[in-house]
Amino acid sequence: MNIAQTVVHFQLNGQAAQVAAGTSIAAALYLCGDGVARHSVSGQARAPVCGMGVCQECRVLVNGYSQLACQTLCAPGMVVETGAAA
Amino acid sequence: MNATRPAPNTFANQNACAILIVGAGPAGLSAALAAAPSGRSIVVLDDNPAPGGQVWRHGAGAAPPGPLQQLQEALARYPHVRMRCGTRVVAAHSSHALLLESADSAWVQGFEQLILCTGARELLLPFPGWTLHGVTGAGGLQALIKSGLPVRGQRIVIAGSGPLLLAAAASAAQAGAQVLRVAEQSSWGQVAAFGAGLLRWPGKLMQAATLLPPAYRCDSYVLAAQGEASLQSVQLRQGAHTVQLDCERLAAGFGLVPSVELGRLLGCATRRSAQGGLALQVDAEQTTSVPHIFAAGECTGAGGAELSMAEGHIAGLAAIGQAATAAHMHARRRWQDFASRVDTHFALRPELSSLAQADTLLCRCEDVAYGSVAACKNWNDAKLHQRCGMGACQGRICGAAAQILFGWDAPSPRPPLSPARVSTLSLAGDDNGALQ
Repeated sequence: MNIAQTVVHFQLNGQAAQVAAGTSIAAALYLCGDGVARHSVSGQARAPVCGMGVCQECRVLVNGYSQLACQTLCAPGMVVETGAAA
Repeated sequence: MNATRPAPNTFANQNACAILIVGAGPAGLSAALAAAPSGRSIVVLDDNPAPGGQVWRHGAGAAPPGPLQQLQEALARYPHVRMRCGTRVVAAHSSHALLLESADSAWVQGFEQLILCTGARELLLPFPGWTLHGVTGAGGLQALIKSGLPVRGQRIVIAGSGPLLLAAAASAAQAGAQVLRVAEQSSWGQVAAFGAGLLRWPGKLMQAATLLPPAYRCDSYVLAAQGEASLQSVQLRQGAHTVQLDCERLAAGFGLVPSVELGRLLGCATRRSAQGGLALQVDAEQTTSVPHIFAAGECTGAGGAELSMAEGHIAGLAAIGQAATAAHMHARRRWQDFASRVDTHFALRPELSSLAQADTLLCRCEDVAYGSVAACKNWNDAKLHQRCGMGACQGRICGAAAQILFGWDAPSPRPPLSPARVSTLSLAGDDNGALQ
């Protein structure tokens, strides 16, 4: 099976979006949006940095729960919201 | 909270395992395979969506590499070895149980023996503009590309130190990016001496020769990243000169920091690693100072996939009471020598400690400026009075930087080791190392 040929449909900030299977939410933020995951305590736009689950810059809401975009794969029907994670 | 799906399950795991392995990279998978013939129940955890660790990361932008596939195929023959990806350790529940959380559940996983293969992370150092959108780690960029990040046609500058810069450049070029520059902070002399020494490791020599891009420069380091909302250009020191390159991305990584938090939380002793930070201390059988806990791979000191595999194998055998063969002991020694050559020849120059300006952020979680931390006496002072390291990453990024900048040791880790759901935390006991 070539997973890269399978398409995953999900929702990003209320908009329908689609990516190849195996794509992380971090990559999807760029593929389907401007890449920004959250705003810092002083209002700076922040995007994924370490890519490996350490820096916490890429946290987003996934189906209502805070999760790291770089360690979560896009899944069918998933609802992703940026800018809101605490 | 948006209730788009049921609340996560929380339950106590009735199926405690004999051997719990934390980390499914080269060390963890090698440990599992070495211990598997014993027939004892083994659980391998990883917080990433798939096994492989950083070096064998794969996804929409990269196929699983051969060595990973071989290990996975070999492990598939043992039904008593279970893989739990997308699962992170939240806290220690007792000396023989960890509190775990995945996207949809949380549980307490008991074990008789534990093998820590928690790996290493990238050392990120602050410089003006390092928080701009478009700036990532070097290994960070590589990981993001492998998981599908689009970089085709983008101009990318890679800066920092060590062999990882070459791997990041290769991944970026392969994905269609234009790698304008690879800036290695170490000197030509040091890098040439490292290269000459690679004759002992012909595979590495070939790899380096294949990966070395024309854009590679030594004696070069980042001074600043510039841009309004996102990155527009990078200023580099190149020998005695300053150069400016317009680009869409900067990937800056200054080496590796062993991830020792879980080991420290469990009471395992540490030693000082070559770059100055802490690494888990192990004996010849990869046993930590806690008799039922072993450690292997880069959490005991960064050294690459080959060393991690040798250490993992030795640890897996030790956990089932078997001695490793002379061949594995020899492999470990050989790759330890390689690792110490990397440490020697890619030692960080002192100028890197003074890149940050007073208003450059040091703590990205709490937006604490370098200037206000530099005025503090120690790490505790910085935490209490400036909130440095008090945010979501719990000082993993700024703490490692502070070790290089100020010589302050990383703070003792406290549970929860990473942000966790309230329903998960309700499972925590009050035993050794657990939440109070």
